[in-house]
Amino acid sequence: MADQQLRDLLSDLKGHLFDDVPWTLPKPLSECRVAIVTTAGLTVDGDTDWNPGDQSFKVLPNNHRDFTLAHYSPNFDRTGWIVDPNVVLPLDRLDEMAEAGEIGSVADVHISFMGAQVDHTLETIRLDTGPAAAKVLNDDQVDVVLLTPV
Amino acid sequence: MGTLASVLEQAGLSTVALSNIRKQAETTRPPRVLHCEFPLGRPLGKPEDPSFQRSVLNAAFILLGEDSGPVLVDYPEIITDESDTPISCVIPPADTADRHLGAAEALGLLPAWRRTYERYDRTTVGKVATPEQVPDMVDLFLRVAEGEDWKTVGLPGDPTKIAADIRNFYEEASLSLTGGIPDARQAETWFVDHTQAGQIIQRARIAMKESGENRYFWYYLLPLTQHHEL
Repeated sequence: MADQQLRDLLSDLKGHLFDDVPWTLPKPLSECRVAIVTTAGLTVDGDTDWNPGDQSFKVLPNNHRDFTLAHYSPNFDRTGWIVDPNVVLPLDRLDEMAEAGEIGSVADVHISFMGAQVDHTLETIRLDTGPAAAKVLNDDQVDVVLLTPV
Repeated sequence: MGTLASVLEQAGLSTVALSNIRKQAETTRPPRVLHCEFPLGRPLGKPEDPSFQRSVLNAAFILLGEDSGPVLVDYPEIITDESDTPISCVIPPADTADRHLGAAEALGLLPAWRRTYERYDRTTVGKVATPEQVPDMVDLFLRVAEGEDWKTVGLPGDPTKIAADIRNFYEEASLSLTGGIPDARQAETWFVDHTQAGQIIQRARIAMKESGENRYFWYYLLPLTQHHEL
């Protein structure tokens, strides 16, 4: 029950609260281009090292599929990722949904940040790298983003 | 995750976030959240279970039909980690009479680690040390555990990253020795409580803490929930 201990410890962290809840109405899902944004600290070049405090992001090409989990935190399970990356980055599931016509298409690019940031205000992500990642996705005509946390 | 979702939504993207710490989703109020009480590190819940993963995605994408937010819905199934029930894993003996028990143990795991790598074609080992260097790294941590200063024993980098390489090496090797898919954190507890290397790093962590070392360097040597004072 280690996860419950961590949830209790992390429950009081003060994240940034926006004044208003932003809201973008999507098209019907069957017409949407879908991307994944994860905080698993994934890299594309085999690099297994992502430094604590680094709020940058990596672009994950959809046709690559050979990603490396480089997250610095020791506080989560990695065996699931080794056995099946879909438990973190469900690209095979999105492919199936696209083939079945349930979503319009899978994006050409996905994005990884790294979670468990020591700066809980996430100022760099809010003001710099987050908007930059959004531009990468908008340039690919993405409509819907699924976010998966690690 | 909540902050990032709001940033993306502000930029004109429709987002739906999976959450695994409900309180944080409540605090940051992203537009649409499916809270999944699943093990940390497994946001889709179950590895090698496509139908379960699809059911999670379906439950998430349904939230895109809401007219206004924030929306926070709980996935109906809970999956807990099994850190209290470690895997049972027999480590093959290595012919290493000249090595300390810890390094010998790590050498004995190398063939299993290689089998795991060949099977899955991925690893999380290599932040600082290669798999072949792990036995030597265990030796260096033993010296730290016995009271030497970590900065002078010859560790080739950040000790927290080397400790991660050792732990990840052991956990990945265990996948080939047990054969099945472990529940979350079962391999972690096996490593910390039932291996020489895990106990050496635990002792090194305590020695560094007691010597007044910078908190970062001992705090992240092991998962926070595995900090046991011996």
